[in-house]
Amino acid sequence: MKLKMTDSTEQKNGSLPYEMIIGLEVHVQLKTETKLFCRCSTKFGAEPNTQTCPVCIGMPGALPVMNRRAYDLAIKTALALDIGIPHFTKWDRKNYYYPDLPRGYQISQFDLPLSEGGKLEISDPKGGFKTKNVGITRAHLEDDAGKSLHDEASGKADTRIDLNRTGTPLLEIVSEPDMSSPQEAKGYLTELKLLLTYLEVSDCNMQEGSLRVDANVNLKIQNGNETVYTPIVEVKNMNSFRAVERAVAYEAKRQYTVWQETGLVKGQLPKQTRGWDDSAQITRAQREKEDASDYRYFPEPDLCPAVITEEEIASYRATLPELPGAIRKRLQGDFDLNPYDADVIVNQGQGGVDYYEELAKECGDGKQASNWFQQDVLRKLNESETTFAEFSLQPSRLAGLLLAVQKKEVDTTRAKDVFGVMYEKNLTAQEGMKELGIEQVDTSALSDLCKMLLEKNPQVVEDVKSGKKQAVGALIGQAKKANPNVNPGEVRKVCLDLIEQG
Amino acid sequence: MALSLEEVRKVALLARLQFTEEELVELTSQMGDILKYVDQLSELDTEGIEPMAHAAEVQNVFADDIQQPSLPREVIMENAPKHDGKYYRVPAVLGDE
Amino acid sequence: MSILEYSATELKKKLEAKELTSVEVVTAYLNQIKEYDGEIRAFSFVNEEEALNQAAEVDSRRKRGEKVGLLAGIPVAVKEVLATEGQKTTCSSKMLENFVSPYNATVVQKIKDEDGILLGRTNMDEFAMGSSTENSAFGATSNPWNTDYVPGGSSGGAAACVAADMAPLSLGTDTGGSIRQPAGLCGIVGLKPTYGRVSRYGLVAFASSLDQVGPMTRTVADSALLLQAIAGHDRLDSTSANVEVPDYLNDLEKPLAGLRLGVVTEHFGEGLDEEVRQAVNDSIEVYRSLGATISEVSLPHNKYGIAAYYLIAPSEASSNLARYDGVHYGYRADEREIWQELTEERHRLVADGDERSATSPLVKMYCKTRSEGFGAEVKRRIMLGTYALSAGYYDAYYLKALKVRRLIQKDYLEAFKEVDLLIGPVTPTPAFKTGEKTGDPLSMYLGDLFTVCTNLAGVAAISIPCGFSKDGLPIGLQLQSPQFHEQQLLRVAHMYQTQTDWHIKRAPLAS
Repeated sequence: MKLKMTDSTEQKNGSLPYEMIIGLEVHVQLKTETKLFCRCSTKFGAEPNTQTCPVCIGMPGALPVMNRRAYDLAIKTALALDIGIPHFTKWDRKNYYYPDLPRGYQISQFDLPLSEGGKLEISDPKGGFKTKNVGITRAHLEDDAGKSLHDEASGKADTRIDLNRTGTPLLEIVSEPDMSSPQEAKGYLTELKLLLTYLEVSDCNMQEGSLRVDANVNLKIQNGNETVYTPIVEVKNMNSFRAVERAVAYEAKRQYTVWQETGLVKGQLPKQTRGWDDSAQITRAQREKEDASDYRYFPEPDLCPAVITEEEIASYRATLPELPGAIRKRLQGDFDLNPYDADVIVNQGQGGVDYYEELAKECGDGKQASNWFQQDVLRKLNESETTFAEFSLQPSRLAGLLLAVQKKEVDTTRAKDVFGVMYEKNLTAQEGMKELGIEQVDTSALSDLCKMLLEKNPQVVEDVKSGKKQAVGALIGQAKKANPNVNPGEVRKVCLDLIEQG
Repeated sequence: MALSLEEVRKVALLARLQFTEEELVELTSQMGDILKYVDQLSELDTEGIEPMAHAAEVQNVFADDIQQPSLPREVIMENAPKHDGKYYRVPAVLGDE
Repeated sequence: MSILEYSATELKKKLEAKELTSVEVVTAYLNQIKEYDGEIRAFSFVNEEEALNQAAEVDSRRKRGEKVGLLAGIPVAVKEVLATEGQKTTCSSKMLENFVSPYNATVVQKIKDEDGILLGRTNMDEFAMGSSTENSAFGATSNPWNTDYVPGGSSGGAAACVAADMAPLSLGTDTGGSIRQPAGLCGIVGLKPTYGRVSRYGLVAFASSLDQVGPMTRTVADSALLLQAIAGHDRLDSTSANVEVPDYLNDLEKPLAGLRLGVVTEHFGEGLDEEVRQAVNDSIEVYRSLGATISEVSLPHNKYGIAAYYLIAPSEASSNLARYDGVHYGYRADEREIWQELTEERHRLVADGDERSATSPLVKMYCKTRSEGFGAEVKRRIMLGTYALSAGYYDAYYLKALKVRRLIQKDYLEAFKEVDLLIGPVTPTPAFKTGEKTGDPLSMYLGDLFTVCTNLAGVAAISIPCGFSKDGLPIGLQLQSPQFHEQQLLRVAHMYQTQTDWHIKRAPLAS
């Protein structure tokens, strides 16, 4: 069915004729050496079917044993998301047939997940949406399926199965349907990814499948006096946050159009699954399974439950690093930064925050440090494709340069050159300035230079006297040409003083 | 609880089994007998009884995250009904994922 | 005395004293198998060459004075359901007819580590589902005492090979009585250990929360020996118990003073064969004469055992057997036939104007593969289990059964406050004739009345020979103990065998 989109309605009213209701299910691959239930490697990119054993290919008689580290990382993540950790958790089998699921069931968690009820604060310093808490319904630990390679061309040749990924530990983080725009959905994902990066629990690489997102979308429509809800659709196959944003936006429009045409509301249709087609920028209905998801969950008899005490939870909590939300607030308070700047710094990860903090503390000016960090440090980092850990220009050295700027030993423009030379040749600020021949011009030399310039340019003197102070600007270039070390601000000030004195 | 032929047919699909009509009729009657027998459980008041899914009281069993050798691919593929040396092969899964 | 007349414990002594070699022992058993297994069909595979090589190797190590294991040189028969590296591990199913395990079950590894000789693999009910070994895809096993009768099951081959002197030691598995019932019907000893006592790693799962591996032998002392070799914690099995393994052999001879035996009232009701009742009552008198206190105890929920068991076990089985899908190993239906059936279906659907409900090739492959690869009883239980777990029935069937299981466990805990062990029959009747119950699965299930609750509660139990019917068929006595009380169970069972000679009697094999 070809859909006619309703952009015109929206434009006319200036706002959407509906509210979006978006919940996200995120699968995060936990950073372990080995799989969740066996000791095969989880390394990405190996030759097909070379990382399997009797356990992960579900051979007759093989049994699962839980990976300690996967459990630890799951608990740690749940605590960081402010999710409650029940004292008792167990695993269940989710039964369905698929060739990349060799046991015929996934080991997941059904009614007693390892964590329930948390939240994540999301905000947009650019003001795209208001700061809000997104509820986290639950997070649970489960194993991944393998990979099916379909015959995309004809659809008729055999599907090929690679089980290397089978059994990889996943933490499924399910949000409440608390997001009401594609921007918020993207904001949630960005913040979640940042948090997971700070926790060092996952690589969060969407291309390698270590972070995957499914979205549940429907609409709340005010239809006269009546509020109606469209049927919930689960959208899959989104391979970037940008794709999530677009897929959700598309899906909302599509649902509105369908509702206008059919009037069908939630409850009148079973939950539908649609896949995002990134090249066509649309969602497509996916083939319904023959036996619409009767997963026959029941307690996994091969695994024991896990119990955890308050003391153990406290010791897990003690291992948590400072989290992005807290760091943002602290940077704003400690260094007088605005939310936008704090956000940019926090987005660079722990290494970036550490760098910034040392720089800001040593130079004593948070805003100046923030400017240099964002403009010069980040640019250099991107150009050289390095990380903060590898970045050769130490924050203490850079602070020396910032202090020199503050003391007017060097002007900002020249300081950028000094920065370059410090980075290239691994120098201190003083060494860098010396390398470029930057010395301080003493007061009498500056005064002499200004007098000479004023004599040469009577017109400027005239103009200033008649109130056009900016005319002095013309002299600054000449002053720099005569002596590159002069400070433009100083030149301006001395010249104006001299003219005033007559 | 009486069991219908249609229900048995549905369960067969869920279990990925196929039966002839004749087999289905016999199975429906046999399953019906067994279910009638197990219905005696409903005599018991089990309100508030904790379900017992495990026979052992073992808890918190973990293994260290230390890699061990996987099986050689040739060994795995030897048991596979259809493979190409690298992958298992199955009839086309038509846009089923 | 001939080699075959020695118990494993006696063989062990003779081997240690170098009065016999392992090659002699293995050869004697191989000859017995050649002579009689054509009729009994206890073995699905005889490991002739490798067994002899292994025996020679153990002999030469012993000769050189090197340290040898607990089972050094003694042949052990292994049930088809236990994964054995490099050997076909078929579970007596067409589904796994050509499956060669790339790894050893922990128990098999332990037998090897203790220098036991892997004699061969024994026939069973397909995937251990059954009570007669008639459900094997490779033909039924016969009862050595009368080949018109079943040997019991599912460990029918494991029991029959011991009863017919074709192996001194045999490993069986017990999910609802599959060790004890065939042991009882074949007149041998069968021990189902506490859940978690023996590793399940490599035991092809039927019902994971109920399955246990255990010894099947001629004497209680032999069971103690074999249990000693296989018991213990295993890091590869999360449900294996980290409980110290006592020395089962050491205290075996010590009689138990002040023994309190409980006779389960519910085991002596309607349906119990008169001859069985008599034999069991006589055994109770033997214990009384040995100074045991006998009292009556009640397991009030015992009668719900079958119902709970036949919901829980099939539910777990339906999931455990989902892996047999024709993709990764095992049987797959013929591809041309798959496409042919799909084409026929499409023609039918087109005629009905209902093309949309066509089966996908993959689903067709699954259904056809599984229907051809599994036998009738396995399919029946998969169906039952799938139904019990499916939406709308879970609470009424599966969950209800788990709650009743808890009540059954509580009965045991209460009973064991009053008595040390429970005593009673293993089966309501002696062995039945081949084919007698095949058309009526429920009547077959009801035969498990005295054994299933042991598995549901996870406690230990032993079956020992205690008499014969007028027809000359063996009758078994069951003793049950609290969890991890195998030592006590073995001592008490051994006491009985010092006073009786039922276990000495040999099946009258026709040559």
